[in-house]
Amino acid sequence: MTIDLKTVKHISKLSRISIDDNKAKKLGKDLNSIFSFIEKLNQLDTKNTEPLTSIAETTLKLREDEIKSENIREDILKNSPDKNKDFFVVPKVVE
Amino acid sequence: MSNITDLKLVELVDKIKKKELSSIEVTIAFIERSKKSKKLNAYISENYENAIKKAKIFDQKPDFKKKLPGIPIAVKDLFCTKNIRTTAGSKILENFVPTYESTVTQNILDEGGIIIGKLNCDEFAMGSSNETSYFGNVQNPVSENLVPGGSSGGSSSALAAKLTPATIGTDTGGSIRQPASFTGTVGLKPTYGSCSRYGIVAFASSLDQAGPMTHDVKDCSLMLEIMSNYDTKDSTSVEFKRENYLNNLNENIKGKKIGIPKEYRVDGMPKEIDELWEKGIKIIKENGGQIVEISLPNTNYALPTYYIVAPAEASSNLARYDGVKYGFRSKGENLIDMYEKTRSEGFGDEVKRRIMIGTYVLSSGYYDAYYLKAQKVRRLIKNDFDEAYKKVDAILTPSTPSSAFKIGEKLNDPVSMYLNDIFTVPINLAGLPAISIPAGHDKKGYPLGLQVIGKAFDEQSILNIAFALEKNISFKNNITDWWIK
Repeated sequence: MTIDLKTVKHISKLSRISIDDNKAKKLGKDLNSIFSFIEKLNQLDTKNTEPLTSIAETTLKLREDEIKSENIREDILKNSPDKNKDFFVVPKVVE
Repeated sequence: MSNITDLKLVELVDKIKKKELSSIEVTIAFIERSKKSKKLNAYISENYENAIKKAKIFDQKPDFKKKLPGIPIAVKDLFCTKNIRTTAGSKILENFVPTYESTVTQNILDEGGIIIGKLNCDEFAMGSSNETSYFGNVQNPVSENLVPGGSSGGSSSALAAKLTPATIGTDTGGSIRQPASFTGTVGLKPTYGSCSRYGIVAFASSLDQAGPMTHDVKDCSLMLEIMSNYDTKDSTSVEFKRENYLNNLNENIKGKKIGIPKEYRVDGMPKEIDELWEKGIKIIKENGGQIVEISLPNTNYALPTYYIVAPAEASSNLARYDGVKYGFRSKGENLIDMYEKTRSEGFGDEVKRRIMIGTYVLSSGYYDAYYLKAQKVRRLIKNDFDEAYKKVDAILTPSTPSSAFKIGEKLNDPVSMYLNDIFTVPINLAGLPAISIPAGHDKKGYPLGLQVIGKAFDEQSILNIAFALEKNISFKNNITDWWIK
């Protein structure tokens, strides 16, 4: 299998990472070499194997639904790249 | 008295408890040496002034019951530290100051530890040489222009150079054990679920584990004891009886069955690695341990599995970096454009590469062929270990297929870089504990490590085996202070 330029562009769109054509070409080359390495897995028959989704085979524990930290709004907003009073600001989405 | 910074962690704790040293003396000694060692580029952020204040406060009212009484420690910059910048080695988090403390660093603080700084690492822990860090390469104190390993490369460099008496790293595919091996230090990856992941910048959540990096096995046992606890803030934290690892430490390995997996004798492995392994086997036998040939038949599939599972999880975890609530933001014409530019400029090449691999293997039409397939193979790899542990108590292998390489040597060949983790990755996939200890030098004089892999939650056994090996090997790191002029 080879990953062509169109596919690279598609993945970059899905990943929300913009790349120019030059970078896309270089990345395509890297991805192809990585995927030819990954293809090896097809040698294995896994028809009757259950996927391992978590190594800690426990069910999630429930906890009380209670507030543990209060009045941290100011602190949290401090790390925001753009804010207005108590809100995060993003570029306009609605015309 | 010899230099304070030459003392090991357990020795420092002892001297502070006996009042032969004060916290401020120890803290200043490590800070002064760190200041003289900027050339190593081990630190991303320094916390010196604050640390000195804390040391003074400790000395005014010392609590000698603590396990780290006023001990200065620098930590990998992947652990969130309240009010101390935490970057994960990335531009996208260059100015991020956490409002909360990771559980593992909180445990260190609770035992009297003092954070003196945050150590360099590969960006989001994605790398095996510390060369993907936005904050630059780190020098291995063993030799100039040699990589310190990765991703915990700042940690291994700072530890080997004695800028911190012990440190902590994280290990997703070998990021503690490989840098420990490259710098002649001890590194332990605990069982998945042993140390809380709360407050650690996430890379691949089903593989990530925090663990200690130290000068010797004793120090390692003490650090593990402090780091490991059951934590309700981490949904995968496991409740089990945690030992007093240091107290229980003993080198008696009589009757222990140690497995030697034949699949780890890989083609083209340098002769010196094989000799190192033989040396380990000989020591085990001489100390009454029993060597058992075992087979882990799916070993060859571990790396390809890892390079599907880890990027897939990373692509999900790193979706949160969108330039809205924290971190770097680039200007965009609209919301989508802002996201795309922020992530394009904020992430480095290796991180982008892995996000894209992950996105691809999870995307519609490819999920079954790649991600599901990898999860199935992961089951086979874990089954291999389960089978082996019916016959043995632990497994002995080399830590890495080679010693440290030069900066820049493998940068343009991702697959060759990935092959570095061939002996460490299977252990993360199976969620097992493993320790790397320094065991010799290659002909260039660079350190080499041996890895002891244990049963899940049986850290005590691998510490004991490592302790026995350490006593018989008596490794000496010949580090000259070449970077201090």
